[in-house]
Amino acid sequence: MSAFSAIGEDAERDRNEYTPGLEPQPTWCPGCGDFGVLKALKGAAAELGLSPEEMLVCTGIGCSGKLNSYFESYGFHTIHGRSLPIARAAKLANPGLTVVAAGGDGDGYGIGGNHFTHTARENHDFTYIVFNNEIFGLTKGQTSPTSPKGHKSKTQPHGSAKDPIRPLSLSLTAGASYIARTAAVNPNQAKDIIVEAIEHDGFSHVDFLTQCPTWNKDAKQYVPYIDINESEDYEFDNTDRSEASEMMYETENVLHEGTVLTGRYYVDEDRPSYQQEKRQIGEMPEEPLAERYFDDDYEWERVYDTFLDKHK
Amino acid sequence: MTDDELIWRIAGGSGDGIASTSQNFAKALMRAGLHVFTHRHYPSRIRGGHTYTEVRVSSEPVKSRGDGYNFLLALGDSFARNPQESAYYGNEEVKPLSENLDELDEGGVIVYDSGLLDTDDIPDFDERVEENNWYVYDIDLRTMAREHGREVMRNTAGVAVTCAIAGIEPDVIKSLMEDTMPEKVFDPNMSVFDDAYETIQEEFDADAPDVSVPEGEHDEEQVLISGSDSIAYGALDEGCRFIAGYPMTPWTEVFTIMSQNLPEVGGISEQVEDEIAAAALAVGASHAGVKAMSGSSGGGFALMSEPLGLAEMTETPVVLVEAMRAGPSTGMPTKPEQADLEHVLYTSQGDSHRVVFAPADAEEAYKQTRRAFQIAYEYQIPSIVLYDQKNGGEMRNVPASVFDEEPNPDLGSVISEAELADAPHDPSGKYNRFQHDVEDGVSPRSIPGQKGGRYLATGNEHMPAGHIAESPDNRVNQVNRRMQKMEAIRADLDGDEGTNTHYGPEEAEYGIMTFGSQQGTAEEAVDRLNESGHSVKMLGVSELAPYPVEEVTEFIQSVDEVLVIEMNASAQFRGLTQKELGRFGEKLSSLLKYNGNPFEPAEIVDGFVTSIVEDGTLPGHETKFVPAASD
Repeated sequence: MSAFSAIGEDAERDRNEYTPGLEPQPTWCPGCGDFGVLKALKGAAAELGLSPEEMLVCTGIGCSGKLNSYFESYGFHTIHGRSLPIARAAKLANPGLTVVAAGGDGDGYGIGGNHFTHTARENHDFTYIVFNNEIFGLTKGQTSPTSPKGHKSKTQPHGSAKDPIRPLSLSLTAGASYIARTAAVNPNQAKDIIVEAIEHDGFSHVDFLTQCPTWNKDAKQYVPYIDINESEDYEFDNTDRSEASEMMYETENVLHEGTVLTGRYYVDEDRPSYQQEKRQIGEMPEEPLAERYFDDDYEWERVYDTFLDKHK
Repeated sequence: MTDDELIWRIAGGSGDGIASTSQNFAKALMRAGLHVFTHRHYPSRIRGGHTYTEVRVSSEPVKSRGDGYNFLLALGDSFARNPQESAYYGNEEVKPLSENLDELDEGGVIVYDSGLLDTDDIPDFDERVEENNWYVYDIDLRTMAREHGREVMRNTAGVAVTCAIAGIEPDVIKSLMEDTMPEKVFDPNMSVFDDAYETIQEEFDADAPDVSVPEGEHDEEQVLISGSDSIAYGALDEGCRFIAGYPMTPWTEVFTIMSQNLPEVGGISEQVEDEIAAAALAVGASHAGVKAMSGSSGGGFALMSEPLGLAEMTETPVVLVEAMRAGPSTGMPTKPEQADLEHVLYTSQGDSHRVVFAPADAEEAYKQTRRAFQIAYEYQIPSIVLYDQKNGGEMRNVPASVFDEEPNPDLGSVISEAELADAPHDPSGKYNRFQHDVEDGVSPRSIPGQKGGRYLATGNEHMPAGHIAESPDNRVNQVNRRMQKMEAIRADLDGDEGTNTHYGPEEAEYGIMTFGSQQGTAEEAVDRLNESGHSVKMLGVSELAPYPVEEVTEFIQSVDEVLVIEMNASAQFRGLTQKELGRFGEKLSSLLKYNGNPFEPAEIVDGFVTSIVEDGTLPGHETKFVPAASD
């Protein structure tokens, strides 16, 4: 019997179950794109029938990091850039959990860039939502890794001399097996993408365009958007790595010209997740490790019996 | 040459198999009933560079390296790249012979491989031999090895020569080699062994000094074990089944041992992108209900500051180990030092707290690593095991019964699903995981996946259910509660026996204090001092945080003066003691060493006699004396 009875609990879910009964006053500004992520995640969790207590939402620092303050589940609001290593380990410790990591573009592509690269490379089985508003919001409007070249801010008074990072291309190169971009202004697509991302076996990366009406007034509100999977103007096979790569490159180029492209860019259902790989080589138990600590019948190995002979 | 012990030094190049040969030699003698202790010296290089291991062998228990040594097996550096005296690092080829002469005792034995080494390359060799009454065996070990097998087997030839000279029964070594080598390798090694052994017996003997190893007998079964082994085994017996790390000398040893053993017991090891991730993974795994650890050495541990603080703030249990090496920055990667004490005690922002244990040796490492896990999980706080290159890598014989203990997979202060049903929740249905008024400041945690246990863990200050909060009342309450845990832990540790080590006559006039890896050496120095008419006792402190204020106060009050021994240049341990006790500045002086080598017992003896008793100056410049405040 599981010590974690919320896991796999079968029930019809309503999206309001993920709204705290006593909702903290949101720290997000009116019109903030972050509300769109919250709404999409609630919709996706309800559609998947997930218990709030089989979900662990790990966030970084920034406005985006408050996601788990307003989403009712187990939450771990970590430190700047470090939501991914925490999420990875929690999933390894208890694969029964539905783990969602989230953070901003500075969090994921800047300070946490190393973790992002390696989490994608290893293909851990969980979903990572990056709130991409092309700005540092909570610290009041500094240039971020996704800010366009020439973007002026208090810390870049002459405009940024740097090209922005290419989040989708980076993700593909690093090894993510599900890569999508959606936007806060596109709630149905956003919900569907998050459902797919959570269901996907492997690392799902969702670059979520979230407008910042306070600090990034110059940026578009990400409308009108185009769904590349539905539009007849864009023909490509999102299971083909090189076609996906070209589509991503174009998407990243045209964003700053005012064309907002969204959709599923890359889906690889064949690549085994890290957990599968690790079990395959005998370095991860079949039963969730966390269960073992609650199993009174488990016979814990003793060093004296197991490892001491080689020292005699 | 002393009659009662052999201190055998095998010297060669890095990559010449010095470590494994010496380990087998030590284990064979342990099996033969003797007490053994190894001391390693090696460079931060893969191939080439002077390296040696000393094996001290005695019929009595040994807990330190000796002063100097009495038997040199110099194999020559087969990977030396630039064998010229004018080269940047000198003539590396002859270093296994030339670099080791200064510390060789009078009347000692030198065996060198004349196939690789030429004494003409060593200045004043013959004069020094005569002056020091050394006995020299020049043997072409290389050719001997080539004749029967491969050149690498000259180590075996060297060990065979040692056996012949020191009167070690060949079977003692041979049976161990048989256990550790596949037949294809074992057979030619045996031919090399026999040839070398017989050569000595036939060609040398007349003038040879008597250097036979003592005889001994153990009254119970022994194991040859290092501090790193013991830390890993302590973790495993506490039910630790998750480790994350990034390679860094010398911490890599613990990481390697855990990584090799965990799959066998259904555990998980993760080698990750950096040490920030490593510590964060350990926190994540522990949060999800698995006993977890990480670790590093100084530079990598610096990266762990933020996950360490997160663990403290979210009250997530975690154990980190820190293997000190000489710093600052990259420092001297393979050389021991105890200069990360303040780094480990104080790193991470804010009023942050952690528990720190500094075990002295292999046995303490096993016990204190276990205690570190118990405290971490019971009190939901980071625990650190602080050790160094010396006690991590040195091997010694320990009774196997030390490890004959039951495992303890208890997750500590955790609430069950059944208990959650009656536990306090906030109006949203979140469990009040961080309650204000709880015994010892510990509020039991739930584990993700448990029904009725959801809460928010956050590095921000938070309310009982985890919501971010900055109200003054809540802030003060939560800070006080977290700090209260340290007092409760102190009281808990005060109930333990013998974590800190008292040694020597209780009524002694003077005291020596030390921490961690220098303890065994200090104990030997205390024995010698008392034998020569001084009156000295020692306190080795392992519990560094929370500090054992009462115990240390009593010790210092009971003596006239205390000499504090530590391997660093800034007297960090003395500073900690004065800070925690708030007095005794006039009673505590320091003997420091920071040249990359651990103390020898004689250095502590000399340091004590000249600085405390005679108020004179120290012989040589290997150690440094810093007087007490009033002097």
